[in-house]
Amino acid sequence: MTPILLDVRDLHASIDGKEILKGVNLTIREGEVHAIMGPNGSGKSTLSGVLAGNPAYTVTEGSATLHGVELIGLPPETRSHEGLFLSFQYPVEIPGVSMVNFMRAAVNAKRKFEGLEPMKASEFLKLMRQKREIVELDANLASRSVNEGFSGGEKKRNEIFQMAVLEPRVAILDETDSGLDIDALRIVAGGVNKLKTEKNATIVITHYQRLLDYIKPDFVHILYKGRIVRTGGPELALELEEKGYDWIKAENRGEEE
Amino acid sequence: MAETKTPSEAAAQYVGLYNDNRALIESACAAPALNAARPAALATLMTTPLPRLGDEGYEKTSVEKIFAPDFGVNVARKNIPVDVARSFKCDVPNMSTLSAFVVNDTFVPTASLADRLPDGVTFMSLAEAARRYPDIVESHYGRLAPADSAAAALNTLLVQDGVFIHVKAGVRVEKPLQLVNIFSAPVPLAAFRRMLVVIEEGAELRLLVCDHTQDSERAYAASQVAEIFVGARARFEMCAIEESSLLTSRMAQTYVAQQEGSATAINTTALTCGVSRNEWRVRLDGEHAESLLSGMAIGSETMHIDNDTFVDHYAARCKSDQKFKYVLDGSSRGAFEGRILVTPSAPFTEAYQSTRNILASGSARMHSKPQLEIYNDEVKCSHGATTGQLDAEQIFYMRQRGIPEAEARTMLMQAFMIDIVDTVGIPGVADRLRHLVERRFDGSLGACASCHNNC
Repeated sequence: MTPILLDVRDLHASIDGKEILKGVNLTIREGEVHAIMGPNGSGKSTLSGVLAGNPAYTVTEGSATLHGVELIGLPPETRSHEGLFLSFQYPVEIPGVSMVNFMRAAVNAKRKFEGLEPMKASEFLKLMRQKREIVELDANLASRSVNEGFSGGEKKRNEIFQMAVLEPRVAILDETDSGLDIDALRIVAGGVNKLKTEKNATIVITHYQRLLDYIKPDFVHILYKGRIVRTGGPELALELEEKGYDWIKAENRGEEE
Repeated sequence: MAETKTPSEAAAQYVGLYNDNRALIESACAAPALNAARPAALATLMTTPLPRLGDEGYEKTSVEKIFAPDFGVNVARKNIPVDVARSFKCDVPNMSTLSAFVVNDTFVPTASLADRLPDGVTFMSLAEAARRYPDIVESHYGRLAPADSAAAALNTLLVQDGVFIHVKAGVRVEKPLQLVNIFSAPVPLAAFRRMLVVIEEGAELRLLVCDHTQDSERAYAASQVAEIFVGARARFEMCAIEESSLLTSRMAQTYVAQQEGSATAINTTALTCGVSRNEWRVRLDGEHAESLLSGMAIGSETMHIDNDTFVDHYAARCKSDQKFKYVLDGSSRGAFEGRILVTPSAPFTEAYQSTRNILASGSARMHSKPQLEIYNDEVKCSHGATTGQLDAEQIFYMRQRGIPEAEARTMLMQAFMIDIVDTVGIPGVADRLRHLVERRFDGSLGACASCHNNC
């Protein structure tokens, strides 16, 4: 087996005093693609937010290590520098901050973390150009404010573009398929597949099997009431598509209390 | 206010100074128009106290307090030696070759300025202008500043020099003029500065005004009154940048009167200061006149920035817009009181006002008070005021991408000001202003960073 990249152990987290994650265990190795599925409110977005370090959540117990580095307690920017990337379900609009300035700040912050000098302007622009092509992002989006006035599809492509630039070790795609038409879905999924290497890993959080037709998972986990209640291969996603979540709910009724 | 026979405490020391030195002041100034206005100003000060905290329109700033300390006044016009060119380095370099300084309260043109000005343009000492062009100065000086304003009266009582700018009818000045006000003195000083701007019919003028304090250890107070006459179909653009010290106080009053079809765009930016009170009064006297008044303030430490606007629509079919934004950090204080007046004689008025503010720290405070007085049914008016904090979701998004929190906050604060910077249309100034705002937020501009004494 390949080395472990992300190791989540007994992770508990709450928001406003309400416990959402109730002991998540997850092991992700280099080169793997994991899908996390589950009904609404099961804690999927909380898990991505907690791993990325969203200050809205409080971790009450457990650990999450990225290539051996404990993430819990690290500021979000350091987790990013360590190689964690979150593609947001709802990418945030930042009026007045241009995509170019935003990405330059992100790239140079990571380089500083790695002990490197800021990137030269020409080199940076070349990098932006190359990475744009991966998700067929319009060149003039770069001069616009971050996500401002972008369509739903453009926002998601912009997320994958940023992922391409930052080259994370572990990328979490939170509901990246929501709000995408079939063409945009193909482009976004194609981008993710192009970025796949033997050294990185991807976590795909999704409601539906649809995205998994394009991004083939090695493992599928079902998150329900704050715990991973079942893990299987790609066939588990197909089974869910066919049977819905009711059998999962029935199996776990009352168990967590 | 009840009639009183004695002026307010702060004003009393200046009234005393005037009474003791009247002959000296008038002979040193030697400007008939300036001297002629002093008795009425004295009378105002004897009956009207300087505004105190809590007076109508002065809810957050006391003018009395600004002038209460025992400042020196350069009554005898002693030359305070300041090598402007050597010791002063402007953060807006090479902005204009058509520049002049007001060192404390004395007009100092750059070398051969008069020869380099375009035909039809005058940019000189106000005292000198009062001697050389008495008709123009006498017919405009003191005509816009209201007679009942004690703060303006204090300026009129003691002012000895200032700036005079005149643009003849139809003359369009492409290059901006630049005026730099500097404080630099061996003792705590109060300076009475005055500006008179007359732009005749169809003329155009662009003006950049920078206020600086050269040393941050000494206390200064500026009394600044500007009267700006904009003729029919004339255009006037001004950008006023304040970059002084925590020990510098400013009471600035700017009065603009616009004739028909004229357009003005005035921006005021407070980058650093101590206590800064700014009153902007724009009168739209002729039809189809347009006014854009924009402002931004960046507060930190104990800075105090107060802008008060009065945009008065006296004529039909005029348009006005006011846009102000503050970002307040540390324990800084911001105030904005904005008034729009639409008189019965001003139907088909369009008048807008917005003030949006960010409190970047828990101990900063913002006071905003929009006021609309509309005595006409045929109007389109709106106002809006918001005060909030930086968006936590935006900050998290940026941090997730690896941008450190402090840098993310700085970027968001800069971004917040962009639309105000963009209101500045003077070529080159908007870029410079953007640069200054960036430097202000990233900490490389401020009381120490802007000081070139290398101490």
